[in-house]
Amino acid sequence: MLEITNLVKRYGHNEAVLKGLDLKVEDNSVVSIVGASGAGKSTMLRCINRLVEPTSGSIKLNGAELVNVKGAELRRARRKIGMVFQGFNLLDRLTVMENVLAGRLGYVNLYQAISRRYPQADIERAFTLMERVGIAHYANKRADELSGGERQRVGVVRALMQEPDLLLADEPTASLDPRTSEQIMILLQSLASELSLPVLINIHNVAQAKTYTERIVGLRHGKMIFDGQPADFNKDALDAIYGGIEAPDETVSEQPHRSAEVERHDSA
Amino acid sequence: MTPPDPQPRVPRTWKKPPFIANPFIRYGIFIVAAIYLVWAFGSLPFNWARISEGLPRAARIFSGGFPPSFERFGLLLTGFKESFQIAILATLLGVLLSIPFAVMAARNIAPLPIYLIGRSVIIISRSFHPVIVAILFVAAVGFGPLAGILTLTLYSIGFVGKLLAEEIEEIDWGQVEAMRAAGAGYIATLYYAVFPQILPRQVGLSMYQLDSNLRASAVVGIVGAGGIGGTLMNAFGRYDYDFAFAILLIIIAVILLSEGISGWVRKKIW
Amino acid sequence: MVDHAQQLADRVWQRYDRKERLIRYAVLLGTLMLVFWAVRDIDIFWPWVWDAPNQMSNLGARMWPPSAAGLSNILNALLETVHIATLATFLTIFLALPVAYIAAQNTTPNRACLWLGRFILVSSRSVNTIIWALLFVAIFGPGVLAGILAIVFRSIGFIGKLMGEAIEEIDRRPVEAMEATGASKAKVVAYAIVPQVMPAFFAIVILRWDINIRESTVLGLVGAGGIGVILQGAIDTFAWPTVATILIAIIVLVLIGEAITSLLRSKVL
Repeated sequence: MLEITNLVKRYGHNEAVLKGLDLKVEDNSVVSIVGASGAGKSTMLRCINRLVEPTSGSIKLNGAELVNVKGAELRRARRKIGMVFQGFNLLDRLTVMENVLAGRLGYVNLYQAISRRYPQADIERAFTLMERVGIAHYANKRADELSGGERQRVGVVRALMQEPDLLLADEPTASLDPRTSEQIMILLQSLASELSLPVLINIHNVAQAKTYTERIVGLRHGKMIFDGQPADFNKDALDAIYGGIEAPDETVSEQPHRSAEVERHDSA
Repeated sequence: MTPPDPQPRVPRTWKKPPFIANPFIRYGIFIVAAIYLVWAFGSLPFNWARISEGLPRAARIFSGGFPPSFERFGLLLTGFKESFQIAILATLLGVLLSIPFAVMAARNIAPLPIYLIGRSVIIISRSFHPVIVAILFVAAVGFGPLAGILTLTLYSIGFVGKLLAEEIEEIDWGQVEAMRAAGAGYIATLYYAVFPQILPRQVGLSMYQLDSNLRASAVVGIVGAGGIGGTLMNAFGRYDYDFAFAILLIIIAVILLSEGISGWVRKKIW
Repeated sequence: MVDHAQQLADRVWQRYDRKERLIRYAVLLGTLMLVFWAVRDIDIFWPWVWDAPNQMSNLGARMWPPSAAGLSNILNALLETVHIATLATFLTIFLALPVAYIAAQNTTPNRACLWLGRFILVSSRSVNTIIWALLFVAIFGPGVLAGILAIVFRSIGFIGKLMGEAIEEIDRRPVEAMEATGASKAKVVAYAIVPQVMPAFFAIVILRWDINIRESTVLGLVGAGGIGVILQGAIDTFAWPTVATILIAIIVLVLIGEAITSLLRSKVL
């Protein structure tokens, strides 16, 4: 279970990006976080695995505090949190298998890592997961030779290799074409239920959030302004979250026009 | 958490595909490299007895060198003035002379025999380190800044000429055809269709070359071709280490300064 | 045609306004004065200048034909030159990489290390190989060790600076991904940084080896080993035909070095 209490993040002396967030995620649930660019979605996700240092507040994963851990303890905490990135963030010049095994870097020692002598169990797990997402035949291909959807599958498998207690996905479909991004969302949804893994997905595409996740959290200006079932996520909620931000070339006062704009964007 | 779809299987293995597929070549390269290192180290004549005296000598040199002495500031200034003059004159001559050589060495505008001559001049002047050229000029025209100027002129012709020739080979050919169609002669074509295209580059190169000639002028003096290098060599020869270190510090300062100025000017121009 | 030229002139006129033209003339005038001063002030005995072509053709005549005597000596010295360049380049790798690591903004452990790294790079680069050789000959005596050390100390700055820039230009996103897996600093470097800078590394080392071949031909002139030693000896004894042979040998060596370099570049990269 993930428990975030009163999370604040401020860069320098600027206005805070996150202004006291509270969020509880039960095990085995897929939560999507929606919000306009700059609403603090990415910052919130990165505070959880501490790629971004929170200013104050508390984040507990299965009862263990994440905010104050340092050094080796932080790395032990991170290896239980998988992350999938918008830009895939693969090691382009290495093979798919090396990318996947890199998910075990928090577990193996430095010699094993550099000589690529991973334990047999890790290699079996890698093959099993790669077969599950359909990229096993690419094991010895260089990562930059794959297509976007395949690359994101490598990213997902790498995160799952960590045997995570929590999976974070930062705009996992934003760099993909609509068809492929549907496939990745379906994959994330089904993997979450197979592995009974809580998943947090930052997502731009409200239609996908409604279809593939069981709970939607809406952020605006660093504050949570919606938390509920996809069924309850109506036009009002949409306006509250994106109102006046999402379509900067439209005039803010023209309410109906803007909603239409958002809907067109969603169905794309 | 268990992996999905757990079926009993034969253990699957994976090894990183090697960088070079053929194992003979792969290990062969390592072995050849190892043998080379052993052979090279073994065949070089190290004078261990003399080398073992090195540390106390280093201590003596550095304790003799600190603090650096600026007592003979006049001598230092004279040396630098001469280096500076050598660099300016050699850059001017070199950049001017590099133009005809570059024209000769550009395949698209020079006839083949001329091209071969131009190329070989450039290749030869680039193959020799300026210090070697300097020692030859010192032998031919005697000690002093004249040998330095000649050396660095040749050095500049090699460097600027090569880049300029490449630049000429890449010019927009349409302008040349237009001039020829207008009935212009060879020189007129060069002047109107070729030079305007390479001129901006030439100005930047000159600044770069001035900087690199200033560096080189500090070195050619070591073999007697004038400038601060000679002063440095003399100081070292007389075990005058505090003066030598003073010269070294000023050389470093001047080089950093000239690198900064030359970089700034080139940024302004381009 | 005339109209077109007129238009062009108008445009040029607009581009270089009054102030810019003044600056241009000032720069031109300053350069001319500088050259004038340099010509007037420099310590040159002018009759020698007019005699120089004569002297040079004289020297050339004395060199011709090149003498094949002592060729085996020359070849040995050439081999020694190559050894100095290769061993020095090899040793430099081990010293330059840590310096590059601490001198790159994104990998340096702290500010003190950053400035230390930059200081090492600048001091290495500002002192010419032959001046380093002078220093090491004074310390370790004449010989190849002084030559190797001179090349190493100059190359650290070159390889270190370019590698540091390569490290600073890497894609940061894989680094973030590796940090997110809980990998330690060393593993992040091995997986996310090393593969990215590998091509640059090979290119830089090959380039520097080529330069070092040229540089090691002159080390001998200050007593630091290699072909320069016998070149200096031949010049001192006025054995001009031998000098010519040595010069030809150096050209051949440099051209072979260039050929190997471009071969390696096309194979490895």
